[in-house]
Amino acid sequence: MNRVGIVVFPGSNCEYDAAAAMKALGVTVELVWHSTTDLSDFDGVILPGGFAHGDYLRPGALARFSPVMAAVQRFADEGGPVLGICNGFQVLTEAGLLPGALQKNIGLTFLCQPTTLVVTSNNSVLTSGATIGQELVIPINHFSGSYTCDDETLERLLDNGQVVLRYKDNPNGSLADIAGLANERGNVVGLMPHPERAMSTLLGSADGRVLLESFVAANVAA
Amino acid sequence: MNYFVIVDVTLRQGIADPEGATIERALPALGFSGVSNVKAGKSFRMSIDAASEEEALEKATALAERLLSNPVIEDAAARLGETVTP
Repeated sequence: MNRVGIVVFPGSNCEYDAAAAMKALGVTVELVWHSTTDLSDFDGVILPGGFAHGDYLRPGALARFSPVMAAVQRFADEGGPVLGICNGFQVLTEAGLLPGALQKNIGLTFLCQPTTLVVTSNNSVLTSGATIGQELVIPINHFSGSYTCDDETLERLLDNGQVVLRYKDNPNGSLADIAGLANERGNVVGLMPHPERAMSTLLGSADGRVLLESFVAANVAA
Repeated sequence: MNYFVIVDVTLRQGIADPEGATIERALPALGFSGVSNVKAGKSFRMSIDAASEEEALEKATALAERLLSNPVIEDAAARLGETVTP
């Protein structure tokens, strides 16, 4: 992967963290405004954390209708690697690129803390370089991170190995401890924790590296 | 005609409602007893130009399903209101 596009919505606030992480891995980064309608120049697309469109109505509900989302859909359909982090994950579920929805945390508390994740599938562009059972310490920073979906969807996600990351100690009430999941093809991944903030032991953890290195190593037609 | 429409968005059956549960738990401390099944939701009010009541409700239902609610976790119901709030 040479060039990554990081989508910036009005209210995004983790785009520079994501850009710094990508640059640290030797990738050229471009921040792209949400009115963009063409992402064909990129080898990968990241939807960063933040509060797109103020999170009004529901997180991701309005971002889903930003012009860029049709381009993200097309990019994903063509097999391009797409990563949604935190608010980006919420946008991907609202847009229907990933199944289910993210609700308010079970304790109604904004959570900002390191969490231990367990890699449960390496069948995705984010976890292909990780080992199943590997534990990663990565921070979360969200109010609406409680994943939910119907029983049928959950069964399908588990059967297909689409649940890629789980919380070791579930902090937010997510169904089946789900912290991150992929689409069936494995090229679209969303997760609530912030791997881009776990790039250096000096700042607490470098466990996000294995995930983002996998993403960067992904082929365009995953 | 201009119709005043109210759209109620509620969590679907079986979906966790931590907000409703927290409100319910707070009520006894305020002296309200015998209150159960508290559910939190959202209410939207709007004026809609349409040829008939049915058309106004259809339009409201369509926009509620497309935007105001997330069908994965929420139900939306449109009804006519009596007054128009400016």
